[in-house]
Amino acid sequence: MYLLEVRDLTKHFGGIRAIEEVRFRAKEGSIMSIIGPNGAGKTTLFNCLTGITRPTKGAISFFDMETTGLKPDSIVKLGVARTFQNIRLFREMTVIENVMVSQHCRTRSGLLSAIIRSNNFRNEEKTIKEKALEYLELVGLEAYADTVAGSLPYGSQKRLEIARAIATEPRLILLDEPTAGMNPQETGEMMELIKKLQELGKTIILIEHDMKVVMGISENIVVLDHGVKIAEGAPEEIRKNPMVIEAYLGKEH
Amino acid sequence: MFTQQLINGLTLGGVYALIALGYTMVYGILELINFAHGEIYMLGAYLGIIFLGFFTAIGLTSYSLPLALILTFILSVIFCSSYGFTIEKIAYKPLRNAPRLSPLISAIGVSIFLQNYVMLTQGATDKIFPHLFEKAGIELMGTRVTYTQIFIIAASAILMLSLNLFITKTRMGKAMRAVAQDKVMASLVGININTVISATFIIGSGLAAVAGLMVAAYYGLVNYSIGYIAGIKAFTAAVLGGIGSVPGAMFGGILLGLIESFSAAYISSEYKDAYAFIILIIILFIKPSGLFGKTQEEKV
Amino acid sequence: MNKAVSKTDSPIHRFTHSPFFIALWLALLFLPFKGLKAAGILFIVLFAAVSMLNMFKKYVGTMKGVFSDFKQYLLGRSRIKLPESKTRSIALTLLMSVVVMALPFYGHDYLIDIAVLSGIYIILAQGLNIVVGFTGLLNLGFVAFYAIGAYSYALLNTKLGMGFWASLPLSVMLVTLSGFILAIPALRLRGDYLAIVTLGFGEIVRLVLNNWDSFTKGPNGIGGIEPPNIFGMQISKLGHFYYFIIIFVLLAVFIIRRVSASRIGRAWIAIREDEIASSSIGINTTAYKLYSFAFGAFWAGLAGVLFAAKMQFVSPESFTFMESVLVLCMVILGGLGSIPGVVLGAIILVMLPEMLREVQLYRMLALGSGLVMLMIFRPQGLMGGKGVSFRG
Repeated sequence: MYLLEVRDLTKHFGGIRAIEEVRFRAKEGSIMSIIGPNGAGKTTLFNCLTGITRPTKGAISFFDMETTGLKPDSIVKLGVARTFQNIRLFREMTVIENVMVSQHCRTRSGLLSAIIRSNNFRNEEKTIKEKALEYLELVGLEAYADTVAGSLPYGSQKRLEIARAIATEPRLILLDEPTAGMNPQETGEMMELIKKLQELGKTIILIEHDMKVVMGISENIVVLDHGVKIAEGAPEEIRKNPMVIEAYLGKEH
Repeated sequence: MFTQQLINGLTLGGVYALIALGYTMVYGILELINFAHGEIYMLGAYLGIIFLGFFTAIGLTSYSLPLALILTFILSVIFCSSYGFTIEKIAYKPLRNAPRLSPLISAIGVSIFLQNYVMLTQGATDKIFPHLFEKAGIELMGTRVTYTQIFIIAASAILMLSLNLFITKTRMGKAMRAVAQDKVMASLVGININTVISATFIIGSGLAAVAGLMVAAYYGLVNYSIGYIAGIKAFTAAVLGGIGSVPGAMFGGILLGLIESFSAAYISSEYKDAYAFIILIIILFIKPSGLFGKTQEEKV
Repeated sequence: MNKAVSKTDSPIHRFTHSPFFIALWLALLFLPFKGLKAAGILFIVLFAAVSMLNMFKKYVGTMKGVFSDFKQYLLGRSRIKLPESKTRSIALTLLMSVVVMALPFYGHDYLIDIAVLSGIYIILAQGLNIVVGFTGLLNLGFVAFYAIGAYSYALLNTKLGMGFWASLPLSVMLVTLSGFILAIPALRLRGDYLAIVTLGFGEIVRLVLNNWDSFTKGPNGIGGIEPPNIFGMQISKLGHFYYFIIIFVLLAVFIIRRVSASRIGRAWIAIREDEIASSSIGINTTAYKLYSFAFGAFWAGLAGVLFAAKMQFVSPESFTFMESVLVLCMVILGGLGSIPGVVLGAIILVMLPEMLREVQLYRMLALGSGLVMLMIFRPQGLMGGKGVSFRG
């Protein structure tokens, strides 16, 4: 069963072709990597998948549901969550509040029940908080629940972004360079975390530059270069693919 | 009637455009709505009266009127530019890395301060600008056009053209555009950001001073509160044209002047001040980044 | 690095940053407006002030050390007596409520009058705090909603003879609706454009009130508005009105606190912190911005109705742009997003001008320079979190 299907996705910014007729599918429960040199259109692809940018052409479907042109919040509701390359936390909120607010689309109490603090409201708040702690434990940040998010160290901020993504109860998680700027030990921990997410039944697509990570955990790799998909396959195939080597190292090699 | 309104509209529009340029230049570089900018224009108008009064008192005006006028003009512009320069140093520079709202509030503070300072020192009543040119003018297609109007239209056009030349051709102008696009990159290629920002305030304030002087001569009356409403309208003009865009501010100013004078004549003059905002809301509804503004997508 | 050092050491730089030059420069700027003598005095005062400031700056490092030691000492103390400090704060709250509740028994009428006005402004400022403080949307024409509330009650009462309790829900609903109507086009816009459109809206409302003579009586305003009734008793005595207002203030603070601590409030704050991230975790940002605008307008409308009932008179003069700025200042002085802070901010900015009545002429000068200094030295306001961010 394919969870995500991207067909002929194209995005132009004015005259610049950020992505051109990209097509791929992601199997449910798999880990997939999107790699490619800088400016290959990887983040633009993520932005199209999450509704932040509207594609020029093409279609995206999620469990056979057309999501092209939907607004980001509707796509999240369908079960797609993401992290950002340049961390975008709610910096002035505490760590736990960041995770609590991310359950927004899975909760429903309204103005009136918030004012009178109805039973439903109190139960919901309790569940939100418990779940938030659970997600923090998963990423190993439970000890920092009441710290202001902006004051966390870099690696922890990346992990908090993942906790925030999980809190939306997604089936597909898009991770934009999860290990960028991390030391080998942190990278190892991040790989463990990604595998744990897979064990929880989540499908994961990541953009990554660290080939150790890419080759180590992904089942399928899509290679983009100048907005065009130049290869797709298992890590072993990609490693040997002459087109990929050329894209990364230039023709001379 | 039509030609008359056209001339009135162009006169008013030239003034709005000159003030709008100051808003748009500062916004382009600092992303700040310089609320105090309207007060600079008001100070320019007052300085015109003060210096002209001083020159009359020492007898210079009766000795040579053109000399007195030129001196008044130069002194007012120099003073207003200094005000702009000083305000930036005191009230905005310390807040350059502060949250967006801080410099805006600071600007509102400066605006309140200057308005009340002028009210305290010059009184709350209208001040009269000497009637030097009376109602002299020429006949043009059956309507009277005063020399003051011709002067305002011509002077605004010349100033706008020279500003455009300055920005596109000179070193400082190019530096300004570079800083407006990317401050970090500009400083990496050796542009002194502080100098560019100061220059922006000096030029913008100088233009506002000219606008103030011309309005004082045109209407003959000056009040400490004129800066607020003119400032808001000029800002509207800048937004209309797409804030941050220099040609946009010129166009927006003239458009606003024309809209105001025609709608006051043909619809109702009671709501003269409201038309500007109604047009603004309509235009922003159709094109949220103004007429000449580029739609900016936030980088994710 | 080297270059910068040599630059600050150059004689020209040292001269232009000397107290003498700064004082001379500023005095010269003020010269045309007040004449030579005043400029001279100004020069001397400024020279002394800047010199002292410079001297102070030298010691500021050591002062900071002493200060933080002291703070550490206080913190250390409070940690030891933590349980006691809670009872102390309860005692303090009790004492304050007694002072507030008993005001009409010992306070002068003048004081009660100011207190009533403070109450109205607290509600108004709390409304703006929802929009600016929580959601991060700058509204420069907030007073328009206040005006619509006040005029709704004034017109319903004087034209249709409707009483306070019948008009209240109607007026407040009308204001909330107008908040919605303004927000729909306005929220398509980026930060500063939003600010200027709300400013324009405020001006349009004021101009309409001022010019639509047949309906609003124009600049003359509407008089003879009835004060509220409770159980057939008219609340016209100041002392009674004071309690009446307190009930509404408590209600506003209570409700806004609860909403801000719910998923709705969290969504607002998330939008303030990062709009793109908010939509990427499933918040419908447009809907919640609308929500915030309308909810803020609701309180402004309530404040407006209370204002009309208190004054028994409304005119466009009470709803100028300066009024919007004043309310914004209350929110910023108190601290964006801080409910107790905004209460404090509103009280201070209503009381301060009254206390400065002696030097009435100079109080606006003080307000202006005070705002600049507040932004430079304490931008987060009195009770705001450190560096509460504001993005457009």
